[in-house]
Amino acid sequence: MDDYLNISNKNFKSRLIVGTGKYKNFKECSEAIKASGAQIVTVAVRRVNIFDKKKPLLMDYIDPKKITYLPNTAGCFTSSEALRTLRLAREIGGWKLVKLEVLGDKKTLFPDMIETIKSTEVLTKEGFKVMVYCSDDPLMAKRLENAGAVAIMPLAAPIGSGLGILNKVNIKIIRSRTKLPLIIDAGLGQASDASIAMELGCDGVLINTAIAMAKNPIQMAQAMRFAVIAGRKSFLSGRIKKTIYGKASSPKKGLI
Amino acid sequence: MKKINKVKIKINGRKRSINSKISLKSLLSTNKISLKKVAIEVNEKIINKKMINKIKIKNGDKIEIVHFIGGG
Repeated sequence: MDDYLNISNKNFKSRLIVGTGKYKNFKECSEAIKASGAQIVTVAVRRVNIFDKKKPLLMDYIDPKKITYLPNTAGCFTSSEALRTLRLAREIGGWKLVKLEVLGDKKTLFPDMIETIKSTEVLTKEGFKVMVYCSDDPLMAKRLENAGAVAIMPLAAPIGSGLGILNKVNIKIIRSRTKLPLIIDAGLGQASDASIAMELGCDGVLINTAIAMAKNPIQMAQAMRFAVIAGRKSFLSGRIKKTIYGKASSPKKGLI
Repeated sequence: MKKINKVKIKINGRKRSINSKISLKSLLSTNKISLKKVAIEVNEKIINKKMINKIKIKNGDKIEIVHFIGGG
């Protein structure tokens, strides 16, 4: 049976979403995306450099007709900044699927959940399909669901920290309480972290720094691709029960 | 010589002085900006790209032209 990541009635074969920031150049970025197998990439909205027209453009390297662009509000600290950014993003190319991120603290980059929920409500009313970066708090996740979010995206650890999943229990609780796509958004550092996220029952992971800042980003992108597939298959297969005693794998019958 | 009226505006945070008769469309085309890849705001109001040839630039306008770049 085919196993797709379904977001807002659209199926994606890959459960790995990758960011397009922090790469050496667009060439490396596009090669990493290819190696990752990702079908969705996050992008930022920024001013055009009208004084240096020779600067290469993201769209010249990553074709939005082939890869789904997920405009993100990274860097926004208020609801009004985030709304302005996503309304502009929609105007660029008619995108409705967006990623909302309203930060509350410059040091930790933790989300401001009050502003995030408020923004989710407004954007949903305006017809956006909002995937939402949030804290790993099951109650906040529920509130976002009620506000109209199409995907819940809790952090595993602070953005760019590479610490891996700090609170597996919370992620499990969120999983058990929402039918929405649950995608780990931030804080993963290596391939095994991605597998763990998938084994906890998450529907996908979003990775930027762990790939872009690895010594070999292309190889890490590939590692993440396989880790997500491995973790998902492991989750679907149903793991064995844990026991503190040994259980022999070979039959006793026929022992010499 | 005919005097050309100039208006002072801000594009992406930078001051510019331009011909007062110019439309938003010609401002973009003289700057070689592809409409397909950008969104435009004038005084914090998003502009419908189909309407840009009807919009005339006024003194004091603040224009923002944005596009997608790499981001997490």
